Amino acid sequence: MLELYKQGIKLSANSLLANKTRSFLTMLGIIIGVSAVIIIMAVGTGAQSLILSQIESLGGDTIGIMPGKAEEGSMPPSAMGISIISLTYDDAQTLLKGNNAPNIITVVAYSNSVENVTWRSHSYSTDIGGTTVGHLELTKAEVAEGRFFNKEEETNLSKIAILGSQAKEEIFGESEAIGQKIKIKKQTFEVIGIMEEKGNVGFQNFDSTILLPIKTMQKLVAGINHVSIIRVKVDKEENIDKTTEDIKSTLREQHDIKDTSGVSDDFTIRSAAQAMDIVKQITNALKFFLAAMAAMSLVVGGIGIMNIMLVNVTERTREIGLRKAIGAQNKNLLLQFLIESIVLTLVGGIIGIILGILISLLITLVIKNMMGYDWKFEISFLAILMGIGVSTSVGLIFGIYPARKASKLDPIEALRYE
Amino acid sequence: MLIEVKNVRKEYGNEELITKILHGLTFNIAKGEFLSIMGPSGSGKSTLMHILGLLDKPTSGKYIFEGKDVSQLTDDELAILRNKKIGFVFQSFHLLPKTTVLENVILPLTYSSKKIDHKKRAQEVLESVDLGHRLNYYSNQISGGEKQRVAIARALVNDPDVIFADEPTGNLDSKSGEQVIEILQNLNDQGKTIILVTHETYTAEHADRIISLKDGLIVKDYSVNQKRLAKQRNGIK
Repeated sequence: MLELYKQGIKLSANSLLANKTRSFLTMLGIIIGVSAVIIIMAVGTGAQSLILSQIESLGGDTIGIMPGKAEEGSMPPSAMGISIISLTYDDAQTLLKGNNAPNIITVVAYSNSVENVTWRSHSYSTDIGGTTVGHLELTKAEVAEGRFFNKEEETNLSKIAILGSQAKEEIFGESEAIGQKIKIKKQTFEVIGIMEEKGNVGFQNFDSTILLPIKTMQKLVAGINHVSIIRVKVDKEENIDKTTEDIKSTLREQHDIKDTSGVSDDFTIRSAAQAMDIVKQITNALKFFLAAMAAMSLVVGGIGIMNIMLVNVTERTREIGLRKAIGAQNKNLLLQFLIESIVLTLVGGIIGIILGILISLLITLVIKNMMGYDWKFEISFLAILMGIGVSTSVGLIFGIYPARKASKLDPIEALRYE
Repeated sequence: MLIEVKNVRKEYGNEELITKILHGLTFNIAKGEFLSIMGPSGSGKSTLMHILGLLDKPTSGKYIFEGKDVSQLTDDELAILRNKKIGFVFQSFHLLPKTTVLENVILPLTYSSKKIDHKKRAQEVLESVDLGHRLNYYSNQISGGEKQRVAIARALVNDPDVIFADEPTGNLDSKSGEQVIEILQNLNDQGKTIILVTHETYTAEHADRIISLKDGLIVKDYSVNQKRLAKQRNGIK
């Protein structure tokens, strides 16, 4: 039996080499299909890790608290533009004291709105963010010029503002901004600082934002008492789950919620880690969907294989007859032709894997060097395994019909065939 | 008795149109016989050979091979029997293209369960038909006479009881044809049963016995008084 396998492989190698052009053209479908799967998997993995690193730049060690209750897996109501007033500055201060949540490093409350800002005759509509002093530490942002507000100014209704680099550019152009007075909602604010340019952080642009002390923002600009989000920085990523629980119990106590099941909560807690999980799920689904689409082309390749194997069986009818006459059983011929089609697809698959890796590498080099992204080149073992597995199965599935046809030939007819 | 044929009929076709090829043949072949089946084309001699060679089954009648009724055997059982007991030599050689002489002769061994050195056995048999010097030639690089001798070596490699030769000299010049017949006669001398199918009386007369067929019936079954000896005529060996 082993002799038969060896012979089958040798025979198929011979017949592949005898018709080099035909073999190559037949394999082309498999080569393209397998390399497409490899490329999509590699590019998908690269894009995924790029997106994840963007999210991580937001801070993998931060937790967001949003007002209102969100069902698991759905968006918090505040994210859908519904204004809920259940979170306050006092909540943030209680958390900051850290009595019940020892792993909290800093807590920052935000209150946002979009307002028109004027300076002399210039007018600029942008995001105004009321925040607390922890903002710098939390976002790892730095002041480029002037200074940030201090703890005292956070609550004493000081009319001071810190501009994002882009906001400064838009309002003042080249002119000096520090010390200048700008108007927001008929109130006058003194510019005390300009932030370092930061670029997009997790799809949020702080460069165009004007920051005010939170109480100033609440009382003088927005006329509200609540905050739109509280962000918490935790000492270590491992402590996120524990701190999430600490925050829950602190806020329930603060809000007089007796129910510990979470059903009556009037806040939602989300961590960057959670967001990363969701993004990972989505990108994985996309990646495998695309890979499956590419794998469809393997079916087309398989039909090509079947076609050529049928021609092969017809061309070798006399050989099949002779083999039967000298004692080959049906299973021997089935095996021989199956091995042949599998060798065909497997060789195609291996060429496809090599080609796919080379093209992925090329794409990585282009993205890294010409677009400047921190792109990760990764060929997963799974993709290679899939390439080999799928091409072998294609050979097996599409080879079975021609091989059966060969094995069922009547030896007398086959011997007479001219 | 090696072969017993009892009232064997063979018909082809469907209910509307039946073509009768063999109309009930009965005869025996003893072990060690050299028999010619002779007849013009359309006489049914090829069909008879296919049935005797276990490549085809009779429509009715009994075919007993080595004491065993083979009409009920499955395709695979017949294949095993052909591999062990029967060797075929065809008019058009049927050697595999792009394959060496040695590999062609090894072929039946790969389908056999015998635990022997395939290469050594094939080489031995090739040497016995004077082709020891052609082992690694490809089948398209040798002459017609040599091809037929390779085919004989292939038929012999599993040491069968019977050799069926279907017009073995049909595609050969007379000298090569004589050589082939000589080898068959030598094999018969060594005890092998030889069944030669031919349409030429001259070739048929190299056998001990001739069964003459016409239109699917045996018209004559007789012993050859003085069988022709290939070696005497041409003075080879």
